[in-house]
Amino acid sequence: MSNSPTTPGIQPGRLSPDAYAAHFDDLYPAYDPHEAMVAADRCYFCHDAPCITACPTEIDIPLFIRQIQAGQPEAAGKTILDQNIFGGTCARVCPTETLCEGACVREMAEGKPVEIGRLQRYATDSLMERQGHPYTRAASTGKHVAVVGAGPAGLACAHRLAMHGHDVTVYEAQGKPGGLNEYGIAAYKMAEDFAAREVEWLLGIGGITIRTGQALGRDFSLDALRAEHDAVFLGTGLGDVNQLGIPGEDLEGVRDAVDFIAALRQTDDLSRLPVGRDVVVIGGGMTAVDAAVQSKLLGAERVSMVYRRDRAAMSASEHEIDHAATEGVTIITGATPVAIHGEGAVAEIEFAYTGGDETFRLKADQVFKAIGQKLVPLDGLALEGRKFAGTPLAGVWAGGDCTGGGEDLTVTAVAQGRDAAEAIHANLTGNGI
Amino acid sequence: MADLSTNFVGIKSPNPYWLASAPPTDKEYNVVRAFKAGWGGVVWKTLGAEGPPIVNVNGPRYGAVWGADRRLLGLNNIELITDRPLEVNLREIKQVKRDWPDRAMVVSLMVPCDEESWKAILKHVEDTGADGVELNFGCPHGMSERGMGAAVGQVPEYIEMVTRWVKKHSRMPCIVKLTPNITDIRKPAEAAKRGGADAVSLINTINSITSVNLDEFSPEPMIDGKGAHGGYCGPAVKPIALNMVAEIARDPATAGLPISGIGGVSTWRDAAEFLALGAGSVQVCTAAMTYGFGIIKELNAGLSQYLDDKGMTLDELQGRAVPNVTDWQYLNLNYVTKARIDQDLCIQCGRCFAACEDTSHQAISMSPDRKFEVIDAECVACNLCVNVCPVQDCITMEELPLGAVDERTGETVREYANWTSHPNNPMAKAAE
Repeated sequence: MSNSPTTPGIQPGRLSPDAYAAHFDDLYPAYDPHEAMVAADRCYFCHDAPCITACPTEIDIPLFIRQIQAGQPEAAGKTILDQNIFGGTCARVCPTETLCEGACVREMAEGKPVEIGRLQRYATDSLMERQGHPYTRAASTGKHVAVVGAGPAGLACAHRLAMHGHDVTVYEAQGKPGGLNEYGIAAYKMAEDFAAREVEWLLGIGGITIRTGQALGRDFSLDALRAEHDAVFLGTGLGDVNQLGIPGEDLEGVRDAVDFIAALRQTDDLSRLPVGRDVVVIGGGMTAVDAAVQSKLLGAERVSMVYRRDRAAMSASEHEIDHAATEGVTIITGATPVAIHGEGAVAEIEFAYTGGDETFRLKADQVFKAIGQKLVPLDGLALEGRKFAGTPLAGVWAGGDCTGGGEDLTVTAVAQGRDAAEAIHANLTGNGI
Repeated sequence: MADLSTNFVGIKSPNPYWLASAPPTDKEYNVVRAFKAGWGGVVWKTLGAEGPPIVNVNGPRYGAVWGADRRLLGLNNIELITDRPLEVNLREIKQVKRDWPDRAMVVSLMVPCDEESWKAILKHVEDTGADGVELNFGCPHGMSERGMGAAVGQVPEYIEMVTRWVKKHSRMPCIVKLTPNITDIRKPAEAAKRGGADAVSLINTINSITSVNLDEFSPEPMIDGKGAHGGYCGPAVKPIALNMVAEIARDPATAGLPISGIGGVSTWRDAAEFLALGAGSVQVCTAAMTYGFGIIKELNAGLSQYLDDKGMTLDELQGRAVPNVTDWQYLNLNYVTKARIDQDLCIQCGRCFAACEDTSHQAISMSPDRKFEVIDAECVACNLCVNVCPVQDCITMEELPLGAVDERTGETVREYANWTSHPNNPMAKAAE
């Protein structure tokens, strides 16, 4: 190890091999059976349970927890996957404290909800490990559907369509399927290559062909897709990122956080991934947290996450922000970046207190921009707000982050993809919409 | 600190807690540990007649039923009486009684159903200096197949006969331990009294199969692919035991017969309940087997604090609830209550709603924002909502005062009246 956290500049190998392994291991390791039973026993099996209502995919949570209590975690897994084919990822990445666990009556009773997310992981892991793929396809309908984007929305849609007997081709611009599960989530939430394993498991249903390296508008046109398929689903996600629009943004060392996270997820040797000594992340969302925490875990000496409004306005969950703080990230709120300074490469970043004139500077050899992603519009597709409409064109459905209605959450994308598949199925089989 | 010392049919102990005849009292080592921990007495694990020792199975002896968090609620066993040589047990009993003279030392006995066998064993027990004997007429497995234990306890005539032998051949206090595996617990209690018993103790364990192995299709505990019924005990049996104790305590034929209460005593509260229903001492086994002898500190401190809080002596507690155990026909039909949900304590789980809506009287409303309220016009005061609510005291039953109108029936709450004078009762007698 030639470098350390205090080595100036953007450098790889700041830590020992053991430290990399430990830092990027499972953040919340899987429950063992005893832990699962103790956790499951806390569920009250509420009537019309608030946790179900709080789940965008409406998983029957009391039922699956009761199935764990009754000694059948695989059956519990099936209950989850019936509603949410990405139940494994959602168990790992959902901001449960604002969804199911936030609604848990034991949160009200004791300030300590049933640990639904971890129980969901126990159940889905159990099923995937012991029973493989649990779904079979209906008789072929002879219909063929194109899905654009192999992220959670696209694959949830593809899986449900395949289950109903339709053949599906998924077009994916990246080199691997999985979307943000594969490229956009902190590594310690998706340890042991879970995103890739889950996609492989999902494809076990059959009838789904994935074509990677195929970008809409570059390698094929929407018109061609519509001509060749009975229906089209767009789950393209958000292809563009917001820019700061301040002086110095083009200096070396200034980068989009999503690119950094993707590079981190795709590297097979974390010690070769360079990171700054003084890292500043601009933004207050999950991407900002993931970039900040992982910078720290890669060995950056000082990491600051700076957000222009107050902490309550951050879109990252309370839990995520606390996690960042625990990992040693300094969280600064109420400061807006006004300029990035440096000779060729970034050396400092200057902020103004939001709503005031006073400024301050932070030392920085690396700056990550995480101030939001945005849709790349496509001619001929109707928008709702700044995103695609749910059915932006006849014979075309859309879901996931490229549409509105969710908070750009994986679980919302899955729900939208699944529901679009049901709508497409109804349409193709003449059952009306 | 309330005085917990007890004199039960002449057997004195510093507190009313005895360890029941069972594995915890099978040998000196355990009993000494119990006395060091503070237990008031023991009933030494049942001795058999002289001869080759009893043999036990060498596979599992216990089966269990668990509640949430694997809390042990019920335990059954297929263990037999002591499998150690008689002379070893007698020697140890004598030694322990000598070393711990202030503790109750009762010896449980089970020998063949003939007078000579009983006469012989009693002589041995008297020599140890033990305070009394308990006749094991309850053991439901193994020994009963050999004409002992529950085989005697299920025939009142045998109970009376054997008790008479024991009183004839010994001056020691004689406690007859009753089996619950019988239709009417008062009959064996009456028989024991007729035979001259100083007291009864109850309940012994209940015939049970705790679970079935769904791979091998055998009852548990499974011995080489087969299972036999065992004797059930622990918190799950307490309600059955309380009822049987109360039946004996309030029956004119047996009222006043001293009772040592047994069955699921786990906390001071359980003990206080047995005492209130007429028991003069309580015996504990499963709780000790689950948590060790250390629970005696809570049992003692809890009962003492309760008595202090109530300004009551142990004697004043004993039997205090017996006059209030009555028959259904004497319950006040004009006592009207309604469930009340404390909205500040409610955690909105909706279990009261599900229970009432699905299985009872549709007397709880649920608003879109999960506010649960009782509909007085439907509430029959069944108390199910109280029992399924996970939060203690969140739902309570409120008594309607005299003169109030019950919205469900439209009738005004009146003075006490029971079924015996109710107009719907064809056997009704006019109120005097």
